[in-house]
Amino acid sequence: MLDFYNIDSLLSEEECAIRDSVRQFVDERVLPIIGKCFVDGRFPKEIIPEMAELGVFGANLPEEYGCAGLSNVAYGLINQELERGDSGVRSFASVQSSLAMYPIYAFGSDEQKQKYLPRMAKAEVIGCFGLTEPDYGSNPSGMITMAREHKDGTWILNGGKMWITNGSTAHIAVVWAKTNGDTSDKSIRGFIVPTDSTGFQAKDQKGKLSLRASDTSELVFQDVELPADAILPRSGGLKSPLMCLTQARYGISWGAIGAAMACFEEALEYAKNRIMFDRPIAGFQIQQERLADMLTEIVKAQLVSLHLGRLKDAGTFTPQQVSLAKRNNVSMATDVAREARRLLGANGILAEYASMRHMENLESVYTYEGTHDVHSLVLGQAITGLSAFK
Amino acid sequence: MKIAVCIKRTPDSESRFKIAASSAAIDEAGLKFDIDDFASYAVEVALQLNEKQGPGETVVYAVGPDVVQETLRKAMSMGADRAVQLKTDAVPYDGLAVAKALAAELESGGYDLVLFGKHAFDTSAGIVGTATAELLGVPCVTAASKLDIAGGKGTARRELEGAAEIVEFPLPAVVTIDEGIARPRYPSLKGIMAAKKKPLETKPAQLGPVRVTVKSMELPAERAPGRIIGEGAAAVPELVRLLQTEAKVL
Ligand SMILES: Cc1cc2nc3c(=O)[nH]c(=O)nc-3n(C[C@H](O)[C@H](O)[C@H](O)COP(=O)(O)OP(=O)(O)OC[C@H]3O[C@@H](n4cnc5c(N)ncnc54)[C@H](O)[C@@H]3O)c2cc1C
Repeated sequence: MLDFYNIDSLLSEEECAIRDSVRQFVDERVLPIIGKCFVDGRFPKEIIPEMAELGVFGANLPEEYGCAGLSNVAYGLINQELERGDSGVRSFASVQSSLAMYPIYAFGSDEQKQKYLPRMAKAEVIGCFGLTEPDYGSNPSGMITMAREHKDGTWILNGGKMWITNGSTAHIAVVWAKTNGDTSDKSIRGFIVPTDSTGFQAKDQKGKLSLRASDTSELVFQDVELPADAILPRSGGLKSPLMCLTQARYGISWGAIGAAMACFEEALEYAKNRIMFDRPIAGFQIQQERLADMLTEIVKAQLVSLHLGRLKDAGTFTPQQVSLAKRNNVSMATDVAREARRLLGANGILAEYASMRHMENLESVYTYEGTHDVHSLVLGQAITGLSAFK
Repeated sequence: MKIAVCIKRTPDSESRFKIAASSAAIDEAGLKFDIDDFASYAVEVALQLNEKQGPGETVVYAVGPDVVQETLRKAMSMGADRAVQLKTDAVPYDGLAVAKALAAELESGGYDLVLFGKHAFDTSAGIVGTATAELLGVPCVTAASKLDIAGGKGTARRELEGAAEIVEFPLPAVVTIDEGIARPRYPSLKGIMAAKKKPLETKPAQLGPVRVTVKSMELPAERAPGRIIGEGAAAVPELVRLLQTEAKVL
């Protein structure tokens, strides 16, 4: 990818090496198969072991748990490269890292961390994250999934979750539920639910036109009995799952850049080689403007995410700053993908090319992890001090 | 086992190449360089041998200017234990000059095995490995597609046209490695972080005299555009005629 602004000079040698290693993996293992996976509606499970060997899962968590202990910028670059392959592949990694491993790391007991994190880094245990419910998407505080504690400290879980990435693949689900009949969002706690528990059911969500190379499932919990140590002891209130989402959204802001880069590169290559009216279409002003707009937006997004990553590494970033990056970069990527698709003419609608696949995928990314609109409201509140939610 | 792997930094083979103004080299502007493909197979073979056989050491060597440190660091991020740069301003074209520098360094290293790629993508000369073996006075096996070591002896497989041969040799030895022997691992993210802390030593290269140089380079002639001469069976007579008279292949 053209580094028009010499952004590499802002990265360390290790950060570049990490990016290049994941890039090579995606070029060799993901790109050759992903178009067909998308058409077939199949997540390529066969690449999971090699991703684990590379060390992408929980890459920014500490080495004592078998993770790579990378900076947040390096973690972001990994997401960028994975999503240059496909948003579904990046989603798998985001969920495993930021939405399943991170809550165990942040809210789990020492025993839970020791038990799960090293095996999750190796992908021997795959996780998913259940927050959204059929009737509570943008407003998870309304959730109705409920866990009740028995006298002996064990739990019984009832309810259901919807749109759960990795839901049918996972060995454990990190499920967010209200507790003991209290319907306020202060009672929300996280639970580690083994997916082979009696009463746990995962159903593949059929008919998706987006993120087709990703497992999206509905989860049903019917009197699922959980041991006392299933609860994440340090979780408490809606703030806990939102902290996980802040981690994941940070990575998504990078991932979207990767998808946009793939589309830009494809469009540029195509424009240089497609001859119409006796010359490459890249020589026409309209296509040049398209390419100029794409590159400009990609460069801006890269600088936003990179600076955000440095703030995160310094420990000073805010969730509102993450909202700005997620909102801008994903929206940018949807535009770039659509323009690339159009530049490609009829070929642009084929799965053989990446742009339309990215364009379709990015519609999910636009909606999940806080919709674009919801991030507008978060920013609106940060700017005006007035909440539009309540 | 103590294994040395000599690696070269070469441009990505999928680049579009241009000839530099000197007309005797390629234009390096905008090219991406990495560890040579064959050399990366050799690194993988060394790592696998030492993983299989228990405690050992894999040391990587590169002759060249400071940019080769990046290549050495990549081999260490794959798992090599330490690296040595034999520093020169530029890598001479003459393979024997490079082999002299490597042999001078490897001689006292106490290596059981010295591995090379069968040749490097940029020159396709394949001299450095064999010349180093000769200078060290040890047996040399070229283009191995399989390599096993047991009881101080090596067994290698070599692919021939329509057949293969299995050769045996005592250690220490030099083996040059063919592609496909083992898929080079991706540098893992942990490996990249660990490589930062591994020793990379820099010493002046004691190059031999440079007697062979490149005078000029040529790129293949541009292919003429294709021509459609018709469709279906009706076009066959004309096609045959052109293949005979114009292309002269029939
Ligand atoms: C492929 C995919 C994978 C997913 N994976 C997961 C997962 O792993 N785990 C998980 O928990 N969830 C997951 N989700 C769910 C996702 O987070 C939700 O879809 C998202 O939060 C939006 O909720 P909703 O779909 O119910 O939309 P709604 O909340 O119903 O929103 C509908 C529309 O109304 C708008 N809207 C909502 N509230 C307001 C408001 N106050 N003001 C203005 N506009 C508003 C929204 O922006 C949107 O345009 C996934 C979704 C998809 C598509």
